[in-house]
Amino acid sequence: MYTGIKRFLLPIAEPLLVPTGAILVGMLLFAGFVALVGQSPPEVFLTLYQGGFGSSFSLQNTLVLASPLILTGLAVAIPAQAGMIMIGGEGALALGALLAGVVGYALHDNSALVAQIGMLTAGALTGALWFALSGWLRNYRGVNETISSLLLSYIGIALLNYCIQGPLKDPASTNNPATHPIGDAHMIGNIPGMDVHYGLIIGIVFALIIWLVLKYTTVGLALRAVGGNPRAAQMAGLNVNYWVIGAAAVGGAAAGLSGAIEVAAVQGSANSAVVAGYGFTGILVAFIARQNPFAVIPIAILFGGIDAAGGMLQRRLDMPDATVIVFQGILFVVILASDTLLGRFRFFKPTTTKPVIKGTES
Amino acid sequence: MNMSTIDKSRRKALAQLGGSAAALTLISLGIRTASASEKLTIGAVYVGSRDDYGYNQSHAEAVAEMKKLPYIRVVEEERVPETIAVQKSMQAMIEQDDAKLIFATSFGYFDPYVLKLGAQYPKIRFAHCGGLWTPKDPKNTGSFFGYIDECEYLSGVVAAHVSKSKKLGFIAAKPIPQVLRNINSFTLGAQSVDPSFTTHVIFTGDWSMPVKEAESANSLIDQGCDVITCHVDSPKVIIETAEKRGVYCTGYHVDQSSLAPKGYLTGAEWVWATPYKMLVDAAYEGKPMLNFLRGGLKEGFVKMSPYGKAVPEKAKETADAIKAKMLGGSYVIFKGPLKDNNGKTVIPEGVSLGQRDVALEGMNYLVAGVVGQI
Repeated sequence: MYTGIKRFLLPIAEPLLVPTGAILVGMLLFAGFVALVGQSPPEVFLTLYQGGFGSSFSLQNTLVLASPLILTGLAVAIPAQAGMIMIGGEGALALGALLAGVVGYALHDNSALVAQIGMLTAGALTGALWFALSGWLRNYRGVNETISSLLLSYIGIALLNYCIQGPLKDPASTNNPATHPIGDAHMIGNIPGMDVHYGLIIGIVFALIIWLVLKYTTVGLALRAVGGNPRAAQMAGLNVNYWVIGAAAVGGAAAGLSGAIEVAAVQGSANSAVVAGYGFTGILVAFIARQNPFAVIPIAILFGGIDAAGGMLQRRLDMPDATVIVFQGILFVVILASDTLLGRFRFFKPTTTKPVIKGTES
Repeated sequence: MNMSTIDKSRRKALAQLGGSAAALTLISLGIRTASASEKLTIGAVYVGSRDDYGYNQSHAEAVAEMKKLPYIRVVEEERVPETIAVQKSMQAMIEQDDAKLIFATSFGYFDPYVLKLGAQYPKIRFAHCGGLWTPKDPKNTGSFFGYIDECEYLSGVVAAHVSKSKKLGFIAAKPIPQVLRNINSFTLGAQSVDPSFTTHVIFTGDWSMPVKEAESANSLIDQGCDVITCHVDSPKVIIETAEKRGVYCTGYHVDQSSLAPKGYLTGAEWVWATPYKMLVDAAYEGKPMLNFLRGGLKEGFVKMSPYGKAVPEKAKETADAIKAKMLGGSYVIFKGPLKDNNGKTVIPEGVSLGQRDVALEGMNYLVAGVVGQI
């Protein structure tokens, strides 16, 4: 029988140790692959570490690459709380970027702060509307939200491409169609002392707020009820429609916000480069994080690190980009598979259940 | 905060971060940079795969040529999107690999990434492919490009000699000036043989859309086009589809004859090694950065694929005669009177726009005989 500190620590240790073990197993499998293609596994791992986390430069590189993934991960994880699997983050991101570009240009005579707030709000609202549409379709027309969000995503990307090549095109952007530039002075800058833009902080704060709200308020409870059993939730007096559409909208806001940040902090105008697959990688991030808004943060950083490290692997060891994709694939299959092990290890189970009926102790 | 304090705080952070592992890292980094110090390190970033049978391969082949030079060390990264990822890749090449000259090969890498880093690292040279540099941009940046429409024109001449339906098919990514110029040159080349030729265009919307490209090729062939060509990043599926359907094709970016041994007529190929060598040598010898570098057939920036088996002697003679004039610098592709496919005059009678005329770089029309809309 476990008591005291063990009883408190073991339930926390399990969800941390199992994925860590999975990462180690994944690395071992990848080492086998690396050896097969004739490279030295220790050198590959040292390079991966150097490129992703080994120096302050690498670490900042990792954080920059991770920052859009936190928000696109949330775009999947938040609707998931209400039982929806929405995979259309890319389209909400594209439209968020488009509207941010339009608003940013429209506000170019205002102060930088006004323009920035305007861009981020416009991006978030657009994304929210786009996802809410899927939520609405599910509740009122019975359309599967996974399919509708994916299809709406393609429509969103097409709308972005149409607008930047047509009605909203800056005539000066001949060979690389884009909206009018928002102006360097209005762009979101870097965190002081770092080469990482404020988008990272926006993403982390967004994730923390969602996590706290879900964990410590009745909102989280209500959402879980709606997600777990909509009928029971309805019986309990919850307006399921509002909750479903609301959760979808907040997820969409996260995706739209990441599009707005791409424009406001990186691109300087809305163009087709914002459609870079962040929305789709976000699906992976959310699933690896098991739809936990807090876990989305470290998982996104892990993705960013692998991405950054992949560059170094190419440069130092002349390995193709596909190597990193293989590594990611192995790692994530193992992590997802390890999920089934949760709750199976006796070691982590404090066997402290007090017998209700006396005399039945074994 | 000035640079030195940033450096110090970075170093401090580094020491705290990695402990002994970071120290190991630093030692090995030190060894690598020391051994590379006599050589000039160049970095190359590609947007797609180095073996894509297309645009990225054309650059990777040039980089492979540079690698053979004894005084050059090369670091490469492929499949880098036009996001902040490319800025970080180039920065990593500078900070971690000691690169002094960066080849940013994709169009979208220039603004804002090359411009931003160019200002941040005034001692590093940035060569961008695509021809966007203007005198207000940093002096350590520059752009190079080739007049490949000369080769497209010659491909059109050859295509016109083998086509029976007098309908040519062109699969294009986006209706931007560079692409329109190729479509128009190809069409004008064919019309120089027989004015009744038409070119049917399909825009796929993006640089790499293999499924849509295959569908477009099939649809053009169904409409009766019997020579297919394209302007997309990787012509692979288009060339393969044309071969499978038993029609002719002309290539783009690199030699694709191995994909279509029967139907491949010729193709427009880049010879990036020419500008690369000029830029590399200027950097190695410490001469000023070449900010604006252009060339066509004459300068050796582009070339034609060897003629395929299906090309008749007459086609070779005609094309070679025009090519000789281009090499002499006396051939003008775009001259008046020229109308667009809506009947509007775009170049009036008596005006001829030479290869280097900047008016051609803003091309926003399809010439008469092209079936398609921008």
